Amino acid sequence: MVEHAHAATQAVVTLDVALPGIVWGWMITLNMWAKSIGTGVILVGVYLLKKYGDRVASVKTSMPVVSFIFLNIFLLFTLLDLHHPFRMLNIFLHPHWTSAITVGAWLATILTGIIFVMAAGRLLHKLDDEPFNRLMWAAFIFAIPVTLYTATILGEAAARELWQTPTELFQMAMAAFIGGSATYLILGVGDQNVKRDLGIVLAVSASLSLIVYLGEYYFGAMKAEEVAATIAFVKEGGAYHTMFWVGQTLGYILPIVLVIFGLRTKSSSLLALASVLALAGLWIAKHVWLVIPQLMNLS
Amino acid sequence: MKLGFLVDLSLCMGCKGCEVSCKVENEVPIGMWRLRVKYVDVGTFPEAKRTFTPLRCNHCESAPCERICPVSALHYLENGIVNVDKERCIGCAGCVMACPYGAIYIDPETNSADKCTYCAHRVAGGMMPACVVACPVEANIFGDLDDPTSNISKYIMEHQGDVKVRKPEKNTHPKHFYVGGGEVNLNPLASERIEGYNLFNKITHLKHIGGH
Repeated sequence: MVEHAHAATQAVVTLDVALPGIVWGWMITLNMWAKSIGTGVILVGVYLLKKYGDRVASVKTSMPVVSFIFLNIFLLFTLLDLHHPFRMLNIFLHPHWTSAITVGAWLATILTGIIFVMAAGRLLHKLDDEPFNRLMWAAFIFAIPVTLYTATILGEAAARELWQTPTELFQMAMAAFIGGSATYLILGVGDQNVKRDLGIVLAVSASLSLIVYLGEYYFGAMKAEEVAATIAFVKEGGAYHTMFWVGQTLGYILPIVLVIFGLRTKSSSLLALASVLALAGLWIAKHVWLVIPQLMNLS
Repeated sequence: MKLGFLVDLSLCMGCKGCEVSCKVENEVPIGMWRLRVKYVDVGTFPEAKRTFTPLRCNHCESAPCERICPVSALHYLENGIVNVDKERCIGCAGCVMACPYGAIYIDPETNSADKCTYCAHRVAGGMMPACVVACPVEANIFGDLDDPTSNISKYIMEHQGDVKVRKPEKNTHPKHFYVGGGEVNLNPLASERIEGYNLFNKITHLKHIGGH
Protein backbone atom coordinates (compact mmCIF):
# COMPACT_ATOMS: atom_id res chain seq x y z
CA MET A 1 0.00 0.00 0.00
CA VAL A 2 1.36 3.35 -1.02
CA GLU A 3 0.43 5.16 2.19
CA HIS A 4 2.80 2.91 4.11
CA ALA A 5 5.52 3.01 1.51
CA HIS A 6 6.43 6.67 1.72
CA ALA A 7 7.70 8.95 4.44
CA ALA A 8 5.60 11.95 5.41
CA THR A 9 7.81 14.31 3.44
CA GLN A 10 7.22 12.42 0.20
CA ALA A 11 4.44 13.00 -2.26
CA VAL A 12 2.66 10.61 -4.60
CA VAL A 13 0.63 11.38 -7.70
CA THR A 14 -2.74 9.74 -7.13
CA LEU A 15 -4.78 11.04 -10.04
CA ASP A 16 -3.55 12.37 -13.32
CA VAL A 17 -3.91 11.98 -17.05
CA ALA A 18 -1.86 9.46 -18.99
CA LEU A 19 1.54 10.70 -20.03
CA PRO A 20 2.38 10.94 -23.73
CA GLY A 21 4.61 8.26 -25.19
CA ILE A 22 7.65 8.85 -27.38
CA VAL A 23 6.85 11.65 -29.82
CA TRP A 24 10.19 11.85 -31.63
CA GLY A 25 11.11 8.22 -32.20
CA TRP A 26 13.14 6.06 -34.57
CA MET A 27 12.35 8.18 -37.63
CA ILE A 28 14.07 11.18 -36.08
CA THR A 29 16.99 8.97 -35.06
CA LEU A 30 17.23 7.75 -38.65
CA ASN A 31 17.01 11.35 -39.83
CA MET A 32 20.03 12.36 -37.71
CA TRP A 33 21.96 9.18 -38.53
CA ALA A 34 21.47 9.49 -42.30
CA LYS A 35 22.33 13.20 -42.17
CA SER A 36 25.60 12.37 -40.40
CA ILE A 37 26.57 10.12 -43.32
CA GLY A 38 25.19 12.46 -45.99
CA THR A 39 27.20 15.44 -44.74
CA GLY A 40 30.12 13.42 -43.38
CA VAL A 41 31.07 12.02 -46.76
CA ILE A 42 31.31 15.61 -48.02
CA LEU A 43 33.44 16.90 -45.13
CA VAL A 44 35.77 13.89 -45.12
CA GLY A 45 35.66 13.60 -48.92
CA VAL A 46 36.90 17.17 -49.42
CA TYR A 47 39.77 16.45 -47.03
CA LEU A 48 40.72 13.34 -48.99
CA LEU A 49 40.54 15.11 -52.37
CA LYS A 50 42.65 18.06 -51.14
CA LYS A 51 45.29 15.82 -49.58
CA TYR A 52 45.45 12.91 -52.00
CA GLY A 53 44.11 14.32 -55.28
CA ASP A 54 44.04 11.74 -58.06
CA ARG A 55 44.96 8.91 -55.68
CA VAL A 56 41.34 9.06 -54.50
CA ALA A 57 39.75 9.98 -57.83
CA SER A 58 36.82 7.66 -57.14
CA VAL A 59 35.75 10.01 -54.34
CA LYS A 60 34.70 12.55 -56.95
CA THR A 61 31.86 10.21 -57.86
CA SER A 62 31.24 8.33 -54.61
CA MET A 63 31.06 11.51 -52.52
CA PRO A 64 28.09 13.17 -54.30
CA VAL A 65 26.32 9.88 -55.02
CA VAL A 66 26.49 8.53 -51.45
CA SER A 67 25.74 11.96 -50.04
CA PHE A 68 22.71 12.34 -52.33
CA ILE A 69 21.34 8.93 -51.26
CA PHE A 70 21.73 9.60 -47.54
CA LEU A 71 20.56 13.20 -47.69
CA ASN A 72 17.41 11.92 -49.36
CA ILE A 73 16.93 9.26 -46.67
CA PHE A 74 17.30 12.06 -44.13
CA LEU A 75 14.77 14.25 -45.95
CA LEU A 76 12.36 11.38 -46.59
CA PHE A 77 12.15 10.41 -42.92
CA THR A 78 11.94 14.03 -41.88
CA LEU A 79 8.90 14.24 -44.11
CA LEU A 80 7.41 10.91 -42.98
CA ASP A 81 7.69 11.94 -39.34
CA LEU A 82 5.49 14.97 -39.93
CA HIS A 83 1.83 14.52 -39.06
CA HIS A 84 1.05 16.68 -42.10
CA PRO A 85 3.76 15.75 -44.64
CA PHE A 86 2.18 17.71 -47.50
CA ARG A 87 2.19 20.86 -45.42
CA MET A 88 6.01 20.78 -45.43
CA LEU A 89 5.56 23.37 -48.15
CA ASN A 90 4.58 25.84 -45.42
CA ILE A 91 8.22 25.94 -44.34
CA PHE A 92 8.97 27.60 -47.67
CA LEU A 93 5.75 29.60 -47.96
CA HIS A 94 5.56 30.77 -44.34
CA PRO A 95 9.08 30.45 -42.94
CA HIS A 96 9.59 31.35 -39.31
CA TRP A 97 13.25 32.24 -39.06
CA THR A 98 13.64 31.93 -35.30
CA SER A 99 13.15 28.20 -35.76
CA ALA A 100 16.20 26.03 -36.38
CA ILE A 101 13.83 23.62 -38.14
CA THR A 102 13.15 26.28 -40.79
CA VAL A 103 16.78 27.32 -41.20
CA GLY A 104 17.85 23.68 -41.39
CA ALA A 105 15.20 22.76 -43.92
CA TRP A 106 16.26 25.58 -46.25
CA LEU A 107 19.96 24.80 -45.91
CA ALA A 108 19.42 21.06 -46.38
CA THR A 109 17.34 21.69 -49.50
CA ILE A 110 20.04 23.90 -51.02
CA LEU A 111 22.75 21.37 -50.13
CA THR A 112 20.75 18.51 -51.65
CA GLY A 113 20.33 20.56 -54.82
CA ILE A 114 24.07 21.17 -55.09
CA ILE A 115 24.82 17.51 -54.41
CA PHE A 116 22.25 16.44 -57.01
CA VAL A 117 23.98 18.53 -59.68
CA MET A 118 27.36 17.09 -58.66
CA ALA A 119 26.11 13.49 -58.64
CA ALA A 120 24.24 13.80 -61.92
CA GLY A 121 27.16 15.61 -63.54
CA ARG A 122 29.66 12.95 -62.49
CA LEU A 123 27.44 10.00 -63.45
CA LEU A 124 26.68 11.51 -66.87
CA HIS A 125 30.32 12.55 -67.36
CA LYS A 126 29.26 16.16 -67.90
CA LEU A 127 31.05 17.83 -65.03
CA ASP A 128 34.62 18.96 -65.56
CA ASP A 129 37.09 19.48 -62.76
CA GLU A 130 36.69 23.24 -62.54
CA PRO A 131 32.89 23.36 -62.04
CA PHE A 132 33.15 20.25 -59.87
CA ASN A 133 35.60 22.01 -57.55
CA ARG A 134 33.40 25.08 -57.32
CA LEU A 135 30.37 22.96 -56.46
CA MET A 136 32.43 20.87 -54.06
CA TRP A 137 33.42 23.93 -52.04
CA ALA A 138 29.83 25.17 -52.04
CA ALA A 139 28.71 21.75 -50.79
CA PHE A 140 31.45 21.79 -48.15
CA ILE A 141 30.35 25.20 -46.86
CA PHE A 142 26.67 24.16 -46.71
CA ALA A 143 27.48 20.75 -45.22
CA ILE A 144 28.82 22.37 -42.04
CA PRO A 145 25.59 24.10 -40.91
CA VAL A 146 23.49 21.20 -42.21
CA THR A 147 25.56 18.88 -40.01
CA LEU A 148 25.17 21.13 -37.00
CA TYR A 149 21.68 22.63 -37.17
CA THR A 150 19.94 19.70 -35.47
CA ALA A 151 21.89 20.58 -32.32
CA THR A 152 20.15 23.95 -32.36
CA ILE A 153 16.76 22.26 -32.74
CA LEU A 154 17.57 20.11 -29.73
CA GLY A 155 18.63 23.25 -27.88
CA GLU A 156 15.39 24.99 -28.81
CA ALA A 157 13.53 22.02 -27.39
CA ALA A 158 13.61 23.82 -24.06
CA ALA A 159 11.67 21.11 -22.25
CA ARG A 160 14.48 18.58 -22.60
CA GLU A 161 17.29 19.73 -20.36
CA LEU A 162 19.59 16.90 -21.42
CA TRP A 163 19.93 18.30 -24.94
CA GLN A 164 22.37 21.17 -24.59
CA THR A 165 23.31 22.88 -27.85
CA PRO A 166 27.08 23.12 -27.17
CA THR A 167 27.48 19.40 -26.48
CA GLU A 168 25.06 18.46 -29.25
CA LEU A 169 26.96 20.65 -31.75
CA PHE A 170 30.08 18.70 -30.87
CA GLN A 171 28.28 15.33 -31.07
CA MET A 172 26.77 16.21 -34.47
CA ALA A 173 30.21 17.15 -35.81
CA MET A 174 31.77 13.95 -34.46
CA ALA A 175 28.88 11.89 -35.86
CA ALA A 176 29.54 13.38 -39.31
CA PHE A 177 33.25 12.54 -39.13
CA ILE A 178 32.38 9.00 -37.98
CA GLY A 179 29.76 8.67 -40.74
CA GLY A 180 32.07 10.01 -43.45
CA SER A 181 35.21 8.09 -42.52
CA ALA A 182 33.31 4.83 -41.89
CA THR A 183 31.54 5.07 -45.25
CA TYR A 184 34.81 5.52 -47.18
CA LEU A 185 36.42 2.65 -45.25
CA ILE A 186 33.49 0.38 -46.10
CA LEU A 187 33.74 1.46 -49.75
CA GLY A 188 37.47 0.63 -49.64
CA VAL A 189 38.58 4.00 -50.94
CA GLY A 190 42.31 4.63 -51.52
CA ASP A 191 45.56 2.95 -50.52
CA GLN A 192 46.99 2.16 -47.08
CA ASN A 193 47.85 5.82 -46.36
CA VAL A 194 44.31 6.92 -47.13
CA LYS A 195 42.87 4.13 -44.98
CA ARG A 196 45.24 5.08 -42.16
CA ASP A 197 43.93 8.66 -42.29
CA LEU A 198 40.33 7.48 -42.37
CA GLY A 199 40.96 5.09 -39.49
CA ILE A 200 42.49 7.89 -37.42
CA VAL A 201 39.54 10.19 -38.15
CA LEU A 202 37.14 7.41 -37.16
CA ALA A 203 38.95 6.48 -33.94
CA VAL A 204 39.56 10.07 -32.79
CA SER A 205 35.96 11.10 -33.50
CA ALA A 206 34.65 8.01 -31.72
CA SER A 207 36.93 8.68 -28.74
CA LEU A 208 35.84 12.29 -28.39
CA SER A 209 32.18 11.38 -28.80
CA LEU A 210 32.53 8.67 -26.15
CA ILE A 211 34.18 11.10 -23.73
CA VAL A 212 31.32 13.58 -24.07
CA TYR A 213 28.63 10.91 -23.68
CA LEU A 214 30.30 9.42 -20.62
CA GLY A 215 30.90 12.88 -19.22
CA GLU A 216 27.19 13.57 -19.46
CA TYR A 217 26.39 10.10 -18.10
CA TYR A 218 28.56 10.44 -15.01
CA PHE A 219 28.56 14.19 -14.35
CA GLY A 220 25.54 15.60 -16.21
CA ALA A 221 23.29 15.18 -13.19
CA MET A 222 25.36 17.48 -11.00
CA LYS A 223 23.78 20.78 -11.99
CA ALA A 224 20.23 20.13 -13.04
CA GLU A 225 17.56 17.96 -11.44
CA GLU A 226 15.86 17.37 -14.79
CA VAL A 227 19.11 16.04 -16.25
CA ALA A 228 19.49 13.82 -13.19
CA ALA A 229 15.94 12.51 -13.69
CA THR A 230 16.66 11.90 -17.38
CA ILE A 231 20.02 10.22 -16.87
CA ALA A 232 18.27 7.88 -14.43
CA PHE A 233 16.77 6.16 -17.46
CA VAL A 234 20.23 5.02 -18.57
CA LYS A 235 21.85 4.58 -15.17
CA GLU A 236 21.81 1.21 -13.40
CA GLY A 237 18.33 -0.23 -13.58
CA GLY A 238 17.07 2.38 -16.04
CA ALA A 239 14.81 1.42 -18.91
CA TYR A 240 17.49 2.21 -21.51
CA HIS A 241 20.55 1.09 -19.52
CA THR A 242 21.39 -1.89 -21.74
CA MET A 243 20.69 -0.07 -24.98
CA PHE A 244 22.88 2.85 -23.90
CA TRP A 245 25.87 0.62 -23.24
CA VAL A 246 25.29 -1.42 -26.40
CA GLY A 247 25.41 1.86 -28.32
CA GLN A 248 28.56 3.08 -26.58
CA THR A 249 30.30 -0.29 -27.04
CA LEU A 250 29.31 -0.90 -30.67
CA GLY A 251 29.58 2.69 -31.77
CA TYR A 252 32.70 3.87 -29.99
CA ILE A 253 34.62 1.43 -27.79
CA LEU A 254 34.88 -1.52 -30.24
CA PRO A 255 35.63 0.67 -33.29
CA ILE A 256 38.45 2.41 -31.40
CA VAL A 257 39.99 -0.96 -30.47
CA LEU A 258 39.49 -2.40 -33.97
CA VAL A 259 41.00 0.67 -35.65
CA ILE A 260 44.10 0.41 -33.43
CA PHE A 261 44.54 -3.26 -34.36
CA GLY A 262 43.58 -2.58 -37.97
CA LEU A 263 46.23 0.12 -38.34
CA ARG A 264 48.87 -2.00 -36.63
CA THR A 265 48.21 -5.03 -38.83
CA LYS A 266 47.31 -2.93 -41.90
CA SER A 267 44.07 -4.92 -42.12
CA SER A 268 41.44 -3.33 -44.33
CA SER A 269 38.84 -5.84 -43.17
CA LEU A 270 39.31 -4.88 -39.51
CA LEU A 271 38.88 -1.23 -40.47
CA ALA A 272 35.76 -2.07 -42.45
CA LEU A 273 34.37 -4.05 -39.49
CA ALA A 274 35.11 -1.12 -37.19
CA SER A 275 33.21 1.10 -39.62
CA VAL A 276 30.13 -1.13 -39.76
CA LEU A 277 30.02 -1.35 -35.96
CA ALA A 278 30.52 2.40 -35.65
CA LEU A 279 27.59 3.14 -37.95
CA ALA A 280 25.33 0.64 -36.14
CA GLY A 281 26.36 1.90 -32.72
CA LEU A 282 25.97 5.52 -33.77
CA TRP A 283 22.30 4.88 -34.54
CA ILE A 284 21.73 3.18 -31.17
CA ALA A 285 23.59 5.84 -29.17
CA LYS A 286 21.70 8.64 -30.87
CA HIS A 287 18.38 6.86 -30.40
CA VAL A 288 18.87 6.45 -26.65
CA TRP A 289 19.85 10.10 -26.28
CA LEU A 290 16.81 11.16 -28.29
CA VAL A 291 14.31 9.04 -26.39
CA ILE A 292 15.25 9.29 -22.71
CA PRO A 293 14.30 12.95 -22.16
CA GLN A 294 10.86 12.16 -23.56
CA LEU A 295 10.20 9.61 -20.82
CA MET A 296 10.18 12.25 -18.10
CA ASN A 297 6.98 13.84 -16.89
CA LEU A 298 7.09 17.60 -17.46
CA SER A 299 4.12 18.75 -15.40
CA MET B 1 -3.22 44.41 -23.07
CA LYS B 2 -1.48 41.38 -21.65
CA LEU B 3 -3.86 38.64 -20.58
CA GLY B 4 -2.84 36.39 -17.72
CA PHE B 5 -4.16 33.66 -15.48
CA LEU B 6 -3.93 33.02 -11.78
CA VAL B 7 -5.06 29.99 -9.80
CA ASP B 8 -5.53 30.23 -6.06
CA LEU B 9 -4.61 26.71 -5.01
CA SER B 10 -5.92 27.26 -1.51
CA LEU B 11 -9.41 27.54 -3.04
CA CYS B 12 -9.20 24.74 -5.61
CA MET B 13 -11.02 21.62 -4.39
CA GLY B 14 -10.17 19.35 -7.30
CA CYS B 15 -13.71 19.06 -8.67
CA LYS B 16 -12.40 19.00 -12.24
CA GLY B 17 -15.21 21.26 -13.41
CA CYS B 18 -12.64 23.36 -15.27
CA GLU B 19 -11.19 20.25 -16.92
CA VAL B 20 -14.60 19.04 -18.11
CA SER B 21 -15.74 22.46 -19.30
CA CYS B 22 -12.52 22.86 -21.29
CA LYS B 23 -13.02 19.45 -22.89
CA VAL B 24 -16.56 20.37 -23.91
CA GLU B 25 -15.81 23.92 -25.03
CA ASN B 26 -12.81 23.00 -27.16
CA GLU B 27 -13.81 19.47 -28.23
CA VAL B 28 -10.61 18.01 -26.84
CA PRO B 29 -10.30 14.36 -27.91
CA ILE B 30 -10.34 11.48 -25.42
CA GLY B 31 -6.91 10.86 -23.94
CA MET B 32 -5.76 14.43 -24.57
CA TRP B 33 -6.02 17.54 -22.44
CA ARG B 34 -5.67 21.29 -22.68
CA LEU B 35 -6.27 21.63 -18.97
CA ARG B 36 -6.02 18.97 -16.32
CA VAL B 37 -6.22 18.87 -12.54
CA LYS B 38 -3.51 16.78 -10.97
CA TYR B 39 -3.94 15.16 -7.56
CA VAL B 40 -0.87 14.67 -5.42
CA ASP B 41 -1.11 13.05 -1.98
CA VAL B 42 1.34 14.22 0.65
CA GLY B 43 2.19 12.43 3.88
CA THR B 44 1.01 9.13 5.33
CA PHE B 45 -2.28 8.04 6.87
CA PRO B 46 -3.73 9.46 9.10
CA GLU B 47 -1.80 12.66 8.44
CA ALA B 48 -2.21 12.59 4.66
CA LYS B 49 -3.21 15.62 2.61
CA ARG B 50 -4.38 15.83 -0.99
CA THR B 51 -3.31 18.72 -3.21
CA PHE B 52 -5.00 19.79 -6.43
CA THR B 53 -3.23 21.62 -9.22
CA PRO B 54 -4.89 22.80 -12.44
CA LEU B 55 -2.28 22.67 -15.21
CA ARG B 56 -2.61 24.41 -18.55
CA CYS B 57 -0.54 26.38 -21.07
CA ASN B 58 1.41 29.21 -19.42
CA HIS B 59 1.16 31.58 -22.41
CA CYS B 60 4.78 32.50 -21.88
CA GLU B 61 6.09 35.89 -22.83
CA SER B 62 9.15 34.16 -24.26
CA ALA B 63 7.44 31.02 -25.51
CA PRO B 64 9.77 28.21 -26.62
CA CYS B 65 6.93 26.69 -28.65
CA GLU B 66 6.52 29.90 -30.67
CA ARG B 67 10.26 30.13 -31.21
CA ILE B 68 10.70 26.56 -32.47
CA CYS B 69 7.58 26.44 -34.68
CA PRO B 70 8.91 26.43 -38.26
CA VAL B 71 5.77 27.90 -39.82
CA SER B 72 4.44 30.29 -37.13
CA ALA B 73 1.48 28.01 -36.46
CA LEU B 74 2.11 28.92 -32.84
CA HIS B 75 1.97 32.68 -32.67
CA TYR B 76 1.29 35.54 -30.29
CA LEU B 77 -1.97 37.44 -30.39
CA GLU B 78 -1.92 41.13 -29.56
CA ASN B 79 -3.48 40.40 -26.17
CA GLY B 80 -0.55 38.15 -25.25
CA ILE B 81 -2.27 34.82 -25.86
CA VAL B 82 -0.12 32.17 -27.55
CA ASN B 83 -2.49 30.80 -30.17
CA VAL B 84 -2.36 27.82 -32.57
CA ASP B 85 -3.20 27.88 -36.26
CA LYS B 86 -4.23 24.27 -36.84
CA GLU B 87 -4.48 24.77 -40.58
CA ARG B 88 -0.86 25.88 -40.91
CA CYS B 89 0.67 23.36 -38.48
CA ILE B 90 2.84 20.75 -40.22
CA GLY B 91 2.81 18.36 -37.26
CA CYS B 92 6.56 18.30 -36.63
CA ALA B 93 5.97 18.21 -32.85
CA GLY B 94 8.79 20.67 -32.26
CA CYS B 95 6.47 22.59 -29.94
CA VAL B 96 5.75 19.40 -27.98
CA MET B 97 9.50 19.01 -27.47
CA ALA B 98 9.92 22.68 -26.58
CA CYS B 99 7.18 23.25 -24.02
CA PRO B 100 8.71 22.82 -20.56
CA TYR B 101 5.24 22.40 -19.10
CA GLY B 102 4.09 19.52 -21.27
CA ALA B 103 1.07 21.57 -22.28
CA ILE B 104 1.00 20.79 -26.01
CA TYR B 105 -0.25 17.63 -27.67
CA ILE B 106 -0.73 16.43 -31.23
CA ASP B 107 -4.48 16.14 -31.76
CA PRO B 108 -5.12 12.59 -33.05
CA GLU B 109 -8.12 13.81 -35.04
CA THR B 110 -6.63 16.83 -36.79
CA ASN B 111 -2.96 15.71 -36.63
CA SER B 112 -2.09 19.27 -35.63
CA ALA B 113 -0.62 20.68 -32.46
CA ASP B 114 -3.14 21.82 -29.90
CA LYS B 115 -3.13 23.36 -26.43
CA CYS B 116 -4.96 25.76 -24.15
CA THR B 117 -5.54 29.08 -25.89
CA TYR B 118 -7.14 30.78 -22.87
CA CYS B 119 -10.31 30.20 -24.94
CA ALA B 120 -9.15 32.90 -27.37
CA HIS B 121 -12.38 32.55 -29.35
CA ARG B 122 -14.45 33.33 -26.25
CA VAL B 123 -12.16 36.13 -25.13
CA ALA B 124 -12.45 37.72 -28.58
CA GLY B 125 -16.20 37.82 -28.03
CA GLY B 126 -15.85 39.45 -24.62
CA MET B 127 -16.45 36.26 -22.63
CA MET B 128 -14.34 34.57 -19.98
CA PRO B 129 -12.55 31.26 -20.67
CA ALA B 130 -14.77 28.23 -20.08
CA CYS B 131 -12.75 27.02 -17.09
CA VAL B 132 -13.13 30.36 -15.32
CA VAL B 133 -16.89 30.27 -15.75
CA ALA B 134 -17.12 26.65 -14.57
CA CYS B 135 -15.08 27.03 -11.36
CA PRO B 136 -17.50 26.88 -8.40
CA VAL B 137 -15.09 28.55 -5.98
CA GLU B 138 -13.60 31.20 -8.29
CA ALA B 139 -10.13 29.73 -7.95
CA ASN B 140 -9.39 30.72 -11.54
CA ILE B 141 -8.76 34.43 -12.03
CA PHE B 142 -8.31 35.74 -15.54
CA GLY B 143 -7.65 39.25 -16.76
CA ASP B 144 -5.36 41.97 -18.05
CA LEU B 145 -1.99 42.08 -16.33
CA ASP B 146 -1.33 45.52 -17.82
CA ASP B 147 -4.40 46.96 -16.07
CA PRO B 148 -3.67 47.65 -12.38
CA THR B 149 -7.41 47.72 -11.64
CA SER B 150 -8.11 44.26 -13.03
CA ASN B 151 -8.93 41.42 -10.63
CA ILE B 152 -5.81 39.51 -11.49
CA SER B 153 -3.53 42.53 -10.95
CA LYS B 154 -5.17 43.24 -7.60
CA TYR B 155 -4.87 39.59 -6.57
CA ILE B 156 -1.19 39.56 -7.42
CA MET B 157 -0.64 42.77 -5.45
CA GLU B 158 -2.54 41.41 -2.43
CA HIS B 159 -0.58 38.15 -2.41
CA GLN B 160 2.92 39.51 -2.93
CA GLY B 161 5.46 36.91 -1.83
CA ASP B 162 3.09 34.02 -2.43
CA VAL B 163 2.76 34.35 -6.20
CA LYS B 164 4.62 31.63 -8.06
CA VAL B 165 5.12 30.40 -11.60
CA ARG B 166 6.15 26.96 -12.82
CA LYS B 167 9.82 26.44 -13.69
CA PRO B 168 10.97 30.07 -13.50
CA GLU B 169 14.51 28.89 -14.27
CA LYS B 170 13.44 28.21 -17.86
CA ASN B 171 13.22 31.97 -18.52
CA THR B 172 9.96 31.60 -20.39
CA HIS B 173 8.28 34.33 -18.30
CA PRO B 174 4.93 32.58 -17.87
CA LYS B 175 1.78 34.68 -17.65
CA HIS B 176 0.11 31.99 -15.57
CA PHE B 177 0.50 32.37 -11.82
CA TYR B 178 -0.27 30.30 -8.77
CA VAL B 179 -1.06 31.43 -5.24
CA GLY B 180 -1.01 29.14 -2.23
CA GLY B 181 0.95 26.36 -3.83
CA GLY B 182 4.19 24.67 -2.93
CA GLU B 183 6.88 22.58 -4.54
CA VAL B 184 4.59 19.57 -4.72
CA ASN B 185 2.05 21.52 -6.78
CA LEU B 186 4.41 23.10 -9.27
CA ASN B 187 7.42 20.80 -9.62
CA PRO B 188 6.66 17.45 -11.27
CA LEU B 189 9.88 16.00 -9.89
CA ALA B 190 8.82 16.73 -6.31
CA SER B 191 6.30 13.90 -6.32
CA GLU B 192 6.61 10.24 -7.15
CA ARG B 193 4.63 8.86 -10.02
CA ILE B 194 4.07 5.18 -9.43
CA GLU B 195 3.45 3.21 -12.60
CA GLY B 196 -0.10 1.91 -12.75
CA TYR B 197 -1.08 3.59 -9.50
CA ASN B 198 -4.06 5.82 -10.05
CA LEU B 199 -7.38 6.36 -8.34
CA PHE B 200 -9.66 5.46 -11.21
CA ASN B 201 -7.62 3.81 -13.94
CA LYS B 202 -4.34 2.16 -14.74
CA ILE B 203 -3.56 3.98 -17.97
CA THR B 204 -0.35 5.81 -17.23
CA HIS B 205 1.18 6.10 -20.68
CA LEU B 206 -0.19 6.67 -24.15
CA LYS B 207 1.71 4.44 -26.55
CA HIS B 208 0.10 5.93 -29.59
CA ILE B 209 0.36 9.63 -30.31
CA GLY B 210 -1.14 11.40 -33.30
CA GLY B 211 -1.14 9.97 -36.78
CA HIS B 212 1.70 7.43 -36.64
